[in-house]
Amino acid sequence: MSLIVAENLSKQYISGEITIDALKGLSFAIDTASFISFVGPSGSGKTTLLNLIGCLDTPTSGVLKVSGTDVSQLRGKSAADFRGKNIGFIFQDFNLIPVLTVYENVEYPLLMVQNTPQSERRSRVLSLLDSVGMIEQKNKFPDQISGGQKQRVAVARALVTNPKIVLADEPTANLDHKTAYMVIDIMKKMKDESGTSFIFSTHDQKVVGEAEIIYTLEDGELAGKRGKGGGRHV
Amino acid sequence: MFSLMKIAVRNLVRYKRRTFLTASLITIGVVFVLVFIALSGSFKNMMVSQITDSFLGHMQIHKKGYVASIDTLPLTMNMGTQAIKKVKKAISDVPEIEAYSMRIKFGGMFSNFIETTNIRLNGVYPEEEMKAAPLFPERIIEGEKHIVKGEILVPELLAKGMKVKLGDVIVIVATNKDGSVNGKQFKVGGILESATGPGGRDGYIHIDDALEVLRMDELQISEIALRINNFANLGAVHAKLSGILSRELNKEGKPIFEVHTWEKLSPFYNIARMIDLMTFSIKLMLIAIVLVSIMNVMIMAVYERIREIGTIAAMGTLPKKILSMFLVEGFSLGILGAVIGNVIGVSIVYILNISKITFNFGRQTGLVLEPTVNFIDIFTISTIVIIVSVLASLQPAFKASRMEPIKALRHV
Repeated sequence: MSLIVAENLSKQYISGEITIDALKGLSFAIDTASFISFVGPSGSGKTTLLNLIGCLDTPTSGVLKVSGTDVSQLRGKSAADFRGKNIGFIFQDFNLIPVLTVYENVEYPLLMVQNTPQSERRSRVLSLLDSVGMIEQKNKFPDQISGGQKQRVAVARALVTNPKIVLADEPTANLDHKTAYMVIDIMKKMKDESGTSFIFSTHDQKVVGEAEIIYTLEDGELAGKRGKGGGRHV
Repeated sequence: MFSLMKIAVRNLVRYKRRTFLTASLITIGVVFVLVFIALSGSFKNMMVSQITDSFLGHMQIHKKGYVASIDTLPLTMNMGTQAIKKVKKAISDVPEIEAYSMRIKFGGMFSNFIETTNIRLNGVYPEEEMKAAPLFPERIIEGEKHIVKGEILVPELLAKGMKVKLGDVIVIVATNKDGSVNGKQFKVGGILESATGPGGRDGYIHIDDALEVLRMDELQISEIALRINNFANLGAVHAKLSGILSRELNKEGKPIFEVHTWEKLSPFYNIARMIDLMTFSIKLMLIAIVLVSIMNVMIMAVYERIREIGTIAAMGTLPKKILSMFLVEGFSLGILGAVIGNVIGVSIVYILNISKITFNFGRQTGLVLEPTVNFIDIFTISTIVIIVSVLASLQPAFKASRMEPIKALRHV
């Protein structure tokens, strides 16, 4: 059974009197423990699609099932509940909470969203920080670590709740190539360890090559799908 | 809750200057209110005690209708022997009453054998009067601080106007209840400082002399002034005594007696009310200061952290938790301002007490101001500040909790 199923998925935005078709009848299926990339130029609909999968937005028409749930009907609290249990997010700008330490940032979803007991929280947070190589920096605040380190913390935070899916919108856009590959490697490693599906959007053709399946979006339409091809270009 | 508090405190520390300015504004407001309450309370207490302890007493009992016609000092509305017995019985049933003084009040003519003028007189039992109005002896500025049979305490202004001095002989002429006139010679035994308010310029004689002047065969008194052991319980004691005396009815089934607190008897109650009103106004100003400053700072906080709100909402943080996060931040800011304000305010009041500031009230000079802040004032002000802080945070916090994560994440 597929983890994500989209059938004839469309999203329209209305701006004044103009209707913008951000997504036009997309259909696809993504399996569990996948490493998927959506590529395409700006305005092709990558972010819109990730927002729909992440229950941050709702489709105008079509069906979108995530982990067997029709997420197109989820709103407000039910959408927040679903996100908290099933989805992790990695943002282009890292979006760490500046007043919390590295440890506390990773702990946040367990503490404030899932109300996990303290002992369990601690073991999971430390284990993930160790996996992403940030255990030594656990007491530092976000403004005391580099961009690459921030994104590694963000990866740990996205995974700490054991989500079924991690959505990453341009996760390497603000990183240099070396750091970007390091973050991608960590994401792949975590995918293998946790069985979580990683879905990310990117412009970076070199990073794209790391995905197992690459979907190409153009003007809101699915223009192509291909398996992993080519090696790493450094 | 601890996590919410930790995030709130760290966010307050994050914007140090803004937190400092807002907390300072609240602190200044709290200090101002505390010091004002302490000073005005001290002034009010002193004023009230001057009035009640010098002549009025805390409460007075009269025959029903007497107070309404008190300007004419009607002898026909005095209490007779039976009534006095009933009142004494009622007083004995109220242990909070520590002293009482029976008075015959009447109007008469005061003559120094050359000139004649009007005078209002109180016939009292000296021992009782000194207990019910313990500051009364301090008003005797010349002569023995006592009332002796055959002597009169003459009000200061009257003594000056009539050119009488200590030891002079004067005549009091008065009309009794039946309309016949009688007179009696008195020696001026003392000069009495005027006190502000009704009865503050009356002369005093012994009650036995009053009975003689008025040709009363038996005791008939105009009023009974009462002093209670704890002024703070005035309302409760008044209610208790009124309840007991209200059971005493005349033939028509109407109450025989009326009991009034000093508030109903002295126009200075209005000044006391004005002080209370000013205190209330100052508290309203504090509410406005806290409301505006906290609301302003919380609106800024929400606006500056829209992307953070979007991030935590995307992670699945429920709206009510986001709401709590900002409410706790406003609450913490309120607590900070209240605590610092209370510490500084209490310190200032303490310094004022050490400084022994004096002021004049009416003819009373050199009264020492003793500002005090009690726990209830501190608790009330702190509660106001904290509640208003939370209320002021409500709108911005609600806005934050209702934010669409997708829009918040797009915010630049």
